Formats: sequence, C-alpha cells, structure tokens
Amino acid sequence: MSIPVLMPALSPTMTEGKLAKWHVKVGDAVKSGQVICEIETDKATMEVEAVDEGVVAQILIEEGTEGVAVNTPICVLAEEGESAADAAKATPAAATRSEQAPAQATTPVPAAAVPAPPAAAPASEPEWTGKTVHMTVREALRDAMAEEMRSDGTIFLMGEEVAQYHGAYKVSQGLLEEFGDKRVIDTPITEHGFAGLGVGAAFGGLRPIVEFMTFNFSMQAMDQIINSAAKTHYMSGGQMTCPIVFRGPNGAASRVGAQHSQCYASWYAHVPGLRVLAPWSAADAKGLLKAAIRDPNPVIFLENEMLYGQSFDVPEDPDFVLPIGKAKIERVGKDVTIVAFSIMVGKALQAAEELAKQGIDAEVINLRSLRPFDTETIVTSIKKTNRLVSVEEGWPFAGIGSELAAQMMEHAFDWLDAPVKRVAGLDVPLPYAANLERMALPQSDNIIEAARAVCNR
Amino acid sequence: MAKPAVKPKVESLAAKSKSSPKSSGPGDNSISAEELKAYYRSMLLIRRFEERAGQLYGMGLIGGFCHLYIGQEAVVVGMQSTINDKDAVITSYRDHGHMLACGMEPKGVMSELTGRSGGYSRGKGGSMHMFSREKNFYGGHGIVGAQVPIGTGLAFAHKYNGSKNVSLTYFGDGSANQGQVYEAMNMAALWKLPVVYIIENNRYGMGTSVERASATTELFRHGEAFGIPGVRVDGMDVLAVRAAGEKAVEHARSGAGPYILEMQTYRYRGHSMSDPAKYRTKEEVDKYRTERDPIDHLRKRMLDAGLVDEAALKAVDAELRKIVGDAAEFAQHSPEPDPSELWTDILVGA
Repeated sequence: MSIPVLMPALSPTMTEGKLAKWHVKVGDAVKSGQVICEIETDKATMEVEAVDEGVVAQILIEEGTEGVAVNTPICVLAEEGESAADAAKATPAAATRSEQAPAQATTPVPAAAVPAPPAAAPASEPEWTGKTVHMTVREALRDAMAEEMRSDGTIFLMGEEVAQYHGAYKVSQGLLEEFGDKRVIDTPITEHGFAGLGVGAAFGGLRPIVEFMTFNFSMQAMDQIINSAAKTHYMSGGQMTCPIVFRGPNGAASRVGAQHSQCYASWYAHVPGLRVLAPWSAADAKGLLKAAIRDPNPVIFLENEMLYGQSFDVPEDPDFVLPIGKAKIERVGKDVTIVAFSIMVGKALQAAEELAKQGIDAEVINLRSLRPFDTETIVTSIKKTNRLVSVEEGWPFAGIGSELAAQMMEHAFDWLDAPVKRVAGLDVPLPYAANLERMALPQSDNIIEAARAVCNR
Repeated sequence: MAKPAVKPKVESLAAKSKSSPKSSGPGDNSISAEELKAYYRSMLLIRRFEERAGQLYGMGLIGGFCHLYIGQEAVVVGMQSTINDKDAVITSYRDHGHMLACGMEPKGVMSELTGRSGGYSRGKGGSMHMFSREKNFYGGHGIVGAQVPIGTGLAFAHKYNGSKNVSLTYFGDGSANQGQVYEAMNMAALWKLPVVYIIENNRYGMGTSVERASATTELFRHGEAFGIPGVRVDGMDVLAVRAAGEKAVEHARSGAGPYILEMQTYRYRGHSMSDPAKYRTKEEVDKYRTERDPIDHLRKRMLDAGLVDEAALKAVDAELRKIVGDAAEFAQHSPEPDPSELWTDILVGA
C-alpha cells in the first residue's frame, strides 16, 4: 500500500507554506525520522521528517512551490515490496484520504448558549439552639483544626512558625504538643515551595492545611494555588483531587504598610476550581474552617488579624459545621441591605445601629463565602429593602462589590430603587501614617453615608 | 559537624560493560536478554508514538503546544526499570514518553492529544495535562518547574504514610533555574524525603543553551548547597540510566533523602512543534542522531551479542507500528467531548 505524505502544519496557525527544498528524489529509500524536505512559512524554515519507511514513489509538489495548503499530498512513499509505479497510481486515493482528514471537527459553542448549571442552593443554616461557649476567633480556629485532626490522621498543618512558635499570631497554640512534629510542621520561609509541596501531598492522598503567615505572602505561591491546586481536577477529567486548605490572615492589620496590608478576596474569588471563605465571628471561623478541612476541594480561607482577639458565642457541639456557600443575615431590617464580609461585618453592624437611631432600618448580610456566592440570599433581601450597599476592605476596581453590583443588575434589577453603592478601600497602596491609613480604609461613617445616600436621606 | 561534602562524579557507566556484551549491564550481570528486549520495545514505542503525534499535529488534528520526546527515550525507560508500580512519577509538559513508560494506553494518550473524549482527561487537558491515578502518574505540568515542589509533596505523602515508596520527579535543564526547584530541594533534604530529581538536560531550554542560562552548567551539582548527592549520567544509554537510577532510587527508598541525576540527553525535534530550532546546527543534531541514538545503540548491542536477529527486531517494529497506528486511528474517531463536559470536574461534589 502506498503512503501519501501530506503538507504538515508547523504551528497552530499555519494554513499554507512554501515547499522550499526536497532532500530526497524518486527512488530513494526513506527511514522514519529522516528529513525529506524543507518548508518555509513567513515565520520560519522547518524540516519535515518522514514518519513511515518506504521508497519515494512520486513527488507531487515541486521544489519552490509557494502557497501549498496544509494537508495537500506532497509525495508518495511505496512500502517495502511495492513497486513505485503501483504506488504512484494510488495517488488519487491518497488525495481523497487527505480531504477526509478532518479539519478540526470542532463545533464551537458560544459561551452564553451553555449556561452554567444552576448551583444548588445549600441548605439554610439552622438556628443554633444548643449550648454555646464564649471564645476568641483565634481559639475557634485552633479548635476547628484540633477537632478535625483528631478525627482524621491524614490532616496535617504546615507553615512558617506554626509549630514551636505556636503560630506567628498564636493561632496554632497547643497543636504541636497534641499532635507532634509529624503533623504540625514548621517550614522554611519558602511559600512557593511549601504551597507546591502541599499540593503534591494532597494529590498523594493527604489533607494539608497550609498556613500563610499572612495572605500577602501567598502571592509568592499563587502559581501553585491557581495553576496546580485549582485547575488539576478539571484538567485531569476528574481523576485528580486536591483537598487542601490555604489559610491565614488577610487584609490590613494595623500600620504595617502597603506590602503587608492587602485584601485577596477578589483575586482568589475570580478562579474557578477554588472555594473562597471569609469568616467574621468565632462561630463563622469554627464552623467554616471545619467545613473547609472536610471539603474535597482547594479552599482559600481568609482570616483577619484584627479579629483574632475578638470574642463571640460559639456552639459547643463538636459536630457544628457551617455550610459552604451560604450567607448569614446578621441583622434583620427593611430599609436597606448592607452586604459585607470578614472584619467589615462588624463595621456594618455598628453602622446599622447608628442608622437605626436615624430612622433607617438596615439589614446586614455576612457573606461568609465568596465562592460560591450566595446570590439568592441577597436577592431575597433586596426584594424587601430595594436598596443595596456593599462593603469591603479591598480596592474598589474589580472588587467583590463590583461583582455584587453586576449580579444584582442581572438578578434584581427590577427591585432596585437606587443604584448599588460600593464602600471599599481607597484605590491607593495602603499608607503607613495613622491618619492616612484610617482615611484609606472603610469606616462605619462611610457605610452610614452610603446607606443614607441610597435611601435618599 | 557538617555533613561530608558531596562528592560529585561523572559516571562513565556505559564504558565498563564493553568487554562483556552478553551481560551488557554496566557492572551488573543480572540484566537479562528479555529485559533488554523490553527496554528496546519501550523506547521504540515512544519513538513511533511521537513520530505519529508529530504527523497528526501536521495534519491539524492536534492543537496548541506539542512537545516531542524523540531522542530522550533512554532516560524514562531506564528510570522506569528501577521502580515499582506504587512509586510516583511526575514530569513537565514533555510527558508523552513518561506516560507510555508508566504503562498508560497509547490510545488514551493519543486521544487526549487530539482533544477527544477517549483521552485520559476526556479531552480537557491536552498534551501537557494528563494523569493516571491507576499508574501513579501525576502529570503532565505546563508551568516550567511547578512539578518539582509537587513531586516533592508526593514524596512527603509517602513518608507521612510510612510507605517505602519514592517519587521520581523529572524536570529539564530549563526548570533547573526556577526558584521553586531549590525551595523544594531544600525541604526534601531537610526532611529526608524519598524523591529522586531527574534533570533531563537536553541542552536547550527552548532556544537557550544551558551555557547561556546557567551560571554553573554541572547541573548534577545544583543540590550541593543542600547536601544532595548528584551524578551525571549518559542519558543516551538506557543501561547507564538504569544503573545510576538503581543507586539513586535505593538511596531515596532507604530514607537517606533526595538524590539528583543529571541525564545528558538530546531532543532531535524542536522545543515544540512550531520551533524551527535555528539555535543549533544541523551538524549537531545529525551527530546525535547518527552516533548517539539510544535505540540504535541498544539495537546494535543486542545484535552484536547475538540476543536477537534482524527478523525479530523487524517484528517488534511492525507490532509497534500497528499499536501506534491503531492509537492514531482511535484518536481521530473518538468523539469530541460532549458540551456538558464544560461544566464537570470543576469542583469535587459540586
């Protein structure tokens, strides 16, 4: 049987080229891998190698021919034992075959035509009626890790200063003593390296909790978080899973300057394949961190240093776990909806108290989860209040508030009586000076002002 | 007291065995004719598969980037002979050879190259992103050097679980300049993780030669700062690779920590399909092909030793051509993924 050799595409975009030179002539024996000709495109000259063995029976495209289309037969090889003449006769068949060689049988599907399947709304959080204990956010985080580590030996904690130092912010107090240095591991200062090592351990069947001393340093590790942790389940057609939690304090602390004061909420919430959680209270911290550790996916868990020392009531039951993807209405109101997450929930509640004195009854929603995003709870609230203010510490451009505004445009346009108002950190690197820092971060007064504005007051 | 200094050495393993062609293993008489034939077959399967992949790329059936392994076959085949099927393997985007050597099906690999539902990632990964949990092949990674911390993490998991398994973590001379590689090496040495770093030095990171990219070109010494032993190996000789690999794997498996093997190898094709490879001379490529080819080398060795005859080798070639031809055929007729696949496998259980 004769073998046609087709004009190859040498790059994803090549459609035609010049057959610059033949290295073989009719009658030559050709081996696999042997260079048979050279092809020129506007970008480069490349050699074409034979894939099959045989004898050159016919050269169909002369040297120097320009504009030879990809997949055009350029020569014919006769297989061993076949005469060159027979092979040459078979050429028309070869041509037919090349026509059949499918030019990418792609059926492009416009993105909009394939809607994302509706995310199943997670079950609402049942009102907690059991016993509670008063504890700090710091203790709640530690207890969440300890409880989960007790029940699953594949969970381990790694990060800078997490073991012997008990955490740079003392979150992992007591864990080394209870679980030993096999499961509570001090790393060198090497974020990219240990984030990647954690991803590999998760691929290998463990459930790592990776602490970033602060999320500012996760930028060193972002490639591993996004390209390796978030995308591999998809790229492997579902074969590989990466059950890992990246946690640590996020956002501004207090007067540590621009490099150590940044909110990563919208950065990570942008990425499919990640879950992104941001607790406010100690109950959030405990219930969501337990959920994050149990989740089979990579989870970004954004804590806040300023909240570590604040105390809240937390359900005592060790089986208390919060659903991922469900926001919480922290204060019921009827005049305006204020949506916030992390430390800004506290500021929003303060603002609501002040607004109440001014006769504005605000509903405050604690997002808790940024990806998945609980659109439903917010839309339901807007149907009641018809007004929305978003609050975040991060920068305004392409922030969580921008996403919220877009979502409400799509899902609650007809119920809005005023444009959505965003309260966000100012669009500047965070300054060091106390007065400037305060001016750059959202304060209760800014929230009050925004709420009054959407209420036309 | 500091650890004893690492004593780098260049192994000229292949030379040692010249006097005893029948036993053929460098300093090791245990390599049987059957093993040699198996290595020959594995290397030739990779060669034929890659030639066919190049052809399908030329026909527009494979898209995007496609990095062929032709010329480097001895490295992965030699190393694979030193591990068991519970050991982990991970590499970069030049991964087709590694998958075949791990025992993954040519049909599944080729169909992933064509982006079809019969591919290992059901068409969602492509040439650079393929995995097999069953074969302990952990990818297939498209970001230069990213697989090195991940492979180190696989070794961490082995140690954590108390298993005696190792992680073979492959990367190229290009990756050898990435920061995260050294972050990983430091932790591997610090925690004595069972990982063998295999640097496939094919002399060019895309178009930049090692000499133009690395301040010190003895890549096997790049772990010295962490006390990681390393050797340079003739990566064009499958038996030299095997001999060095056995030592390295034994070292890692024994709990002594990581080991570096610098495989001196060569890729005959460009960095990817669209690379005309103008940064090196035709003479250089020809010299490797005609004088150093790993498959020709083993073939001659087996013929000289009377272990096989031409007819037997021809039969192997015919069998492999059929396997590769069937894979190519399958890969062209496997249906494209269903549009619903767009929305699956983003999250587990969602």
